[in-house]
Amino acid sequence: MPEAGQVDPSNWVCPLPLRETKRIVMGHGGGGILSEELIENLFLPAFGSAGGVSRDSAVLTVLGGRIALTTDSYVVNPLFFPGGNIGDLAVNGTINDLACSGAQPLALTAGFIIEEGLELDVLGNIAQTMGKAASDAGVAIVTGDTKVVGKGSADGLFINTAGFGVVPEGVRIGPERARPGDHIIVSGNIGEHGVAIMSVREGIDFGTTMTTDSAPLHRLVAAMLAAVDDPNVIHALRDPTRGGLVAATVEIARTSGVGVELDEAKVPIPESVASACGFLGLDPLQVANEGKLVAFVDPAHSEAVLAAMQARPEGAGAVIIGRAVEEHPGMVVARTPFGTTRVVERELGEQLPRIC
Amino acid sequence: MKYLDEFRDPVAAKSLVEAIRRSASQPWTIMEVCGGQTHSIIRNGIDQLLDGAVEFIHGPGCPVCVTPLEMIDRALEIASRDDVIFCSFGDMLRVPGSKQDLFSVRARGGDVRIVYSPLDATRVAAENPDKQVVFFGVGFETTAPANAMSVLHAKRLGLTNFSLLVSHVLVPPAMTAILSAPTNRVQGFLAAGHVCTVMGTGEYGPLVEKFNIPIVVTGFEPLDLLEGVRQLVELMEACQRDGSSAELRNAYPRAVTDIGNTVAQQALADVFVVTDRQWRGIGMIPQSGWTLSPRYAEFDAELKFGVGHLEVQESAECHAGEVLQGLLKPNECPAFGSTCTPRNPLGATMVSSEGACAAYYQFRRLESSANA
Repeated sequence: MPEAGQVDPSNWVCPLPLRETKRIVMGHGGGGILSEELIENLFLPAFGSAGGVSRDSAVLTVLGGRIALTTDSYVVNPLFFPGGNIGDLAVNGTINDLACSGAQPLALTAGFIIEEGLELDVLGNIAQTMGKAASDAGVAIVTGDTKVVGKGSADGLFINTAGFGVVPEGVRIGPERARPGDHIIVSGNIGEHGVAIMSVREGIDFGTTMTTDSAPLHRLVAAMLAAVDDPNVIHALRDPTRGGLVAATVEIARTSGVGVELDEAKVPIPESVASACGFLGLDPLQVANEGKLVAFVDPAHSEAVLAAMQARPEGAGAVIIGRAVEEHPGMVVARTPFGTTRVVERELGEQLPRIC
Repeated sequence: MKYLDEFRDPVAAKSLVEAIRRSASQPWTIMEVCGGQTHSIIRNGIDQLLDGAVEFIHGPGCPVCVTPLEMIDRALEIASRDDVIFCSFGDMLRVPGSKQDLFSVRARGGDVRIVYSPLDATRVAAENPDKQVVFFGVGFETTAPANAMSVLHAKRLGLTNFSLLVSHVLVPPAMTAILSAPTNRVQGFLAAGHVCTVMGTGEYGPLVEKFNIPIVVTGFEPLDLLEGVRQLVELMEACQRDGSSAELRNAYPRAVTDIGNTVAQQALADVFVVTDRQWRGIGMIPQSGWTLSPRYAEFDAELKFGVGHLEVQESAECHAGEVLQGLLKPNECPAFGSTCTPRNPLGATMVSSEGACAAYYQFRRLESSANA
């Protein structure tokens, strides 16, 4: 049931208040005046210059190159966490999926599945974060959709973003292109996003506040491509989100049919991530990241690519963590600091905290 | 990281490995009791470092693995009830009962929650007075004090909707059972450091004397394990060389004292009483577990929900019992990696990351997996 009373303009982000309610009601998804007001008074002002014209589909002009297309749904709980919220996650995550194909993102769509009763200022806050993230990344949100489902049928808010970008001429990046000998570079510290989410979701205080690493990576990828004469020396890119570094490298190893050797001591794991994971019995190599990428690069050019990455803030912590090999195709092997090896495999489902 | 990096130093590890290899005049067969130690040995490749000098037999110290099938079925029955919020540590959710696991119960609408402490479960009980909240109290002496505290806390708060499904097990009776078996191959034990942090070392002296077997209380980091093995090899060599009697040593003094945590021990003595326990894959071991004292019967989920009668048979295909007794290496089991995988585990040792079979599967050697 909607709450009665007028919206207080002092804590509202829109130029015009929505009528009669501070919370989402079923009518906001009904396609009528409430729906229109939600778009006109909440989403479009929040998206600002990143927002598009209200029409059924966006029409884009594309010049040269091949088109990259991706979609991703965001169902994170809680909606807000240290360093970000579901909104910038939904923008950056989809941009990063495009970037890992070597594409420069042009446009995003945004679909919202909203649970009846969600506070409008929560939605407004998230929409504003999306608008800012898109505008900071130089990407437009060109079309969208809003549905409202009954109380209990969703967990506050789900967002789907699809992304559209152009792969420049000559760029051929793909998980099937890794070659034996490739150097494997990770763009910075791993595990920060997953631990940030866990600390707020489970109410566990790890002594320091870990913030999400959520960031768009398309400019980093552009800088990597600009650092080499022939863009084909960058073979494969992957953003290690769910399943972490392990899932990202296993997928590339399997798709390319190469083996992967990770030098465990070189993987950059911040102390707070290591201690949180140690405490819960989780493997930091399998914890999610939202602003990192893993690159498989021709070894003759890896230093140039690494230097270009380190020159950008989102790649400042980039290091070479391993290499692709001919042996054990499809398999990732970690070399421990003790000189021993172990096979690294993805979890069956999500990682489960251990009893002791 | 302070207090961790010092115990993961590769240079120090190398000199410990060399010291062990120098002093070992023969290949020794030793058992690490605790699942956490098994995990660390396999993850860091300590068994590879000591190959030829020391053979590790992975003992029955994974709480998930030894919790009997019927106890899992009791948990599943309770968790399926509409009026129950069932709380558990994460890695119990994937352990197969005779028909399903707790994840399946949750997918069918059961309210099954992962918590990080039994005290979280008492908080859930206080917040949901119209629901029965049950915590699955499994584990060894390490986890038992927190479970005892949850009962004391619930009593203090006057909670009538909180109960504990108890399946606690004890390390010394399991070691006695292994040493008494005619098939025993264990020549020395690494005792579980965190169990001894709670209980002290007093229970192990009588085992050393009775079976004339050296025992070294050992920690979990690579250097802790190597130092424990170094001392154990030294003791085993001394026994063999000059016939000196076996000794108990503490190689984990930064966490373990002789008397242990007396406050925790008092809570345990107050809340629990010793009982016979079924060990999954091994069978009945007398006086090898704890159950709630009759004084706290109102917090006993088995009584509250009348599930004590549920009894079931283990799968005959699963050789977890032999693995847990050190008679079979996980990868020697005919089902390993074929009919038994983490996706379709036949037994609990393939479920928890502390379980010997799962540890072998997860960190399995290059050679064996290349052939798989």
